Amino acid sequence: MNYTWNWGIFLEPSPEGAGSYADMLLSGLAWTVVTALCSWAIAFTLGSVVGVMRTLPSRTANAIGAAYVEGFRNVPLLVQMFLWYFVLPELLPARLGAAVKQMPDAPFYTAVLCLGFFTAARVAEQVRAGIRALPRGQAQAGLALGLTWAQTYRAVLLPNAYRIILPPLTSEFLNNLKNTSVALTIGLLELTARARSMQEFSFQVFEAFTAATLLYVALNLVVIAGATLLERRVAVPGGR
Amino acid sequence: MLAGLDLSVVADSLPYLFGEGMVFTLTLTALAASGGIVLGTGLALLRLSGVPGLTHAAKLYVELMRSLPLVLVIFWFYFLVPYLGAWAIGADTPIRVGAFASALVTFTLFEAAYFSEIVRAGIQSIPKGQSAAARALGMSYAQVMRLVVLPQALRNMVPLLLTQTIVLFQDTSLVYVLSLTDFLGAASKVAQRDGRLVEMYLFAALVYFAVCFAASLLVRRLQARTAIAR
Repeated sequence: MNYTWNWGIFLEPSPEGAGSYADMLLSGLAWTVVTALCSWAIAFTLGSVVGVMRTLPSRTANAIGAAYVEGFRNVPLLVQMFLWYFVLPELLPARLGAAVKQMPDAPFYTAVLCLGFFTAARVAEQVRAGIRALPRGQAQAGLALGLTWAQTYRAVLLPNAYRIILPPLTSEFLNNLKNTSVALTIGLLELTARARSMQEFSFQVFEAFTAATLLYVALNLVVIAGATLLERRVAVPGGR
Repeated sequence: MLAGLDLSVVADSLPYLFGEGMVFTLTLTALAASGGIVLGTGLALLRLSGVPGLTHAAKLYVELMRSLPLVLVIFWFYFLVPYLGAWAIGADTPIRVGAFASALVTFTLFEAAYFSEIVRAGIQSIPKGQSAAARALGMSYAQVMRLVVLPQALRNMVPLLLTQTIVLFQDTSLVYVLSLTDFLGAASKVAQRDGRLVEMYLFAALVYFAVCFAASLLVRRLQARTAIAR
């Protein structure tokens, strides 16, 4: 193979003026992390609501929840990204649409909303599975004690369900983290986009992608370590 | 709002969208899924082989692939495959590899990691006593797998493998980053040529939804049927 390796490239100044190539990749990493965390906040909240709706004894709530999950699960993420970024502003009232298009950091906000709504469908499925996995007696006991449905969910069902689904939720969190890279198509300067532009500027393809790969692996390890700690922390003493 | 939609753009581009775009998407999905399942089965067998070096190598590969975003892997292979090809045939300069070949290699290798996890779970779901009994009858490891474990495991796994194939079908849209003309790529090219982003992307979303929703309903029916038979 006649490829000229140059690992010193990371310390050379990037053509953007400020900082080195390493700084460029690290700023990409920061955007990846911030996008992942913000979209996870939406995904977790909305996903929990939709997941709960699918376990309620109401046909309407069930149907709405199911429609949400099927809708967001059966369209590729990239297509959803384009719908949020290119199509939605056109369908809004003209002045609002124009304002949305001129927003600074529009790719970031779009990516957060898109990933949030997309991952929410997956979180909802997990929440539903978690609640379904609980013995029926738990809800009945809660109601028999005089709790309302809302109280039963908040105080009895959800705390148990979240503990059960912590491992699959961790992998959804990781998927969400990886999915932030799809936002490079709408111009978000996250880690993969930064590695790609480093490759375009410096022609050091494999150094750039190796660095990005190592950063992603490190992120994964951090998340898994965090999830393990969390799991130990919230474990019910004497429970499963 | 929606009143201003011009559906004739969609109608005029139908032959291009399906004849070229959808054919590309389906070809890539079918080839990558078959390759991925074969390779994934191999990886799962290596991982369960109990030979320390092989087990760890297979595990490292699967975990590495699963911790990287597909977009990054697509870029990796787009640049790496020409060098790998040159190395394989002993040429001095990177060989020319078409974008389709590069995408096919990428999706096969990437999805193999996900398929291998499904296959591994499927193999582990077969009671240990079966392979122990087969070994006691004098069968080799290869015979045990081929004649006893895999036929049952694969049948149990079919719904999951198909679901993963639907995911793969959706993921192929990411070849957009290589400017290939898959279904979404075709829609996007027409959209930009005619300045009709709203119509084209809405139509693309609708088609993807129809295909994936129908396919997932079929998988669910299949799952219900095999569940009863078991």
